Amino acid sequence: MKFSYFPGCTDHSTSYEYGRSTEAVFRALGGELVEIEDWNCCGAAATHSINRLLSLCLPARNISKAQSAQVGPLVVPCAGCFNMLKRTEYALKNDEAKRKEIEEIVGFRYDPSFEILALMDLIVNRIGTEKVRERVKRSLKGLKPACYYGCALVRHPKITQLDDPENPQYLDRLMKALGAEPIEWSYKVDCCGADLALTYGNVVKKLVGRIVSMAKEAGAQCIVTSCGLCQANLEMRQEVDLPIFYFTELMGVAFDVEGRDQWWKKHMISPKRLLESLGLA
Amino acid sequence: MESVVETVKTGTSFLEEAKRRSGEDLSLCYQCLKCTAGCPTAPFMDVRPNNLIRMIQMGRKEEVLGSSAIWLCVSCETCGTRCPNKIDIGVLMDALREMAIEEGIPAKERNIHLLHEAFVQSIKRGGRVHEATMLIDYKLRSRDFLTDLIPGMMLFLKGKIPLFPSFIKGREEIKRIFEKCEKK
Repeated sequence: MKFSYFPGCTDHSTSYEYGRSTEAVFRALGGELVEIEDWNCCGAAATHSINRLLSLCLPARNISKAQSAQVGPLVVPCAGCFNMLKRTEYALKNDEAKRKEIEEIVGFRYDPSFEILALMDLIVNRIGTEKVRERVKRSLKGLKPACYYGCALVRHPKITQLDDPENPQYLDRLMKALGAEPIEWSYKVDCCGADLALTYGNVVKKLVGRIVSMAKEAGAQCIVTSCGLCQANLEMRQEVDLPIFYFTELMGVAFDVEGRDQWWKKHMISPKRLLESLGLA
Repeated sequence: MESVVETVKTGTSFLEEAKRRSGEDLSLCYQCLKCTAGCPTAPFMDVRPNNLIRMIQMGRKEEVLGSSAIWLCVSCETCGTRCPNKIDIGVLMDALREMAIEEGIPAKERNIHLLHEAFVQSIKRGGRVHEATMLIDYKLRSRDFLTDLIPGMMLFLKGKIPLFPSFIKGREEIKRIFEKCEKK
């Protein structure tokens, strides 16, 4: 089970704990992640807001490198990076003139059989929740997370082709496989405000406040995410102290992998008290 | 009479240009308001997404390209996902921002545009985004030194903003890609 791997720029900065927990969980599942050699930034929303062609070509360089490494499908943990890579894939597959333009600029030939997968999709549907369940050492019984998908995984559905865009279930199924009891709520795909955090903090505070208070009202003890920007916004712009996990961290708890204390240290809202109260610290 | 003809001409050409650039058939919009109802930032926009499309149909170019709406859109794609006529409004917003930049129309939300610039320049320098230098660059461009100092410091203290950038080896390749994309 070998995969090409795109960690993304925040892997060693704002979502350090996402990167480390992803690696630990993948090892526990017996898989191997092979980092794309000399990968570059996916471009993020900033790039397609300024120069759309550039926003297609930056991910294309990564696709080109992953394709020629021939280690298997490309796996992307960050929802934002995943979305950018899929936008490029969509243009390469559906717009012949654009494909030729991108190929010429980046200097490669696109192989349409090359697959790009979100880490969550890979774990839930390829590896499968059955295999996840078998690997659980300590059930997350009693933990009530709100599964938050945000925007980039599920929208635009023609591009990401992942789950239901209004009421996705992948993450809920994964949490159930770990023994947790995800709550039902209606804000799982509402936007957190993304990079407006840096220019309009008050707007993000409003959007995050609504998401977090709705999760709490629905009985959640924490929120689970798969995006570095969502995690940072939810954790730093709320006022109720609800812990915000990456889904791989909760897998790590259930699999009882080592090094978890290093993850918790990176959180603005420590999840330790919650985990201790459930005997999961 | 002549001026009316002129207005109609520029009007149609703006609609056609917006259609061509975005690849979206904007004439299909029948103002159901689903886009605006689901938009997380619509309450903060000067023109709501549904009105923006109507204004494009009417050829009101300056107001559209000079609006705060095109910059407050965070590309969450809720609008495009829900549009009954399958108009991808997120893609339209990208096209409108690009047109505004090309036409030299100053961004009504200047700081949002400056942040995007700082972000993209950071990629151009090192191939990857380096938060510390990107944020300093943004602060110098915007001259907004005080906003968000505390969250920034919190991240820094958690060791989440590395001081030194990790440049990639293929920086020349990245530069070439930038040059080719900026020329077009």
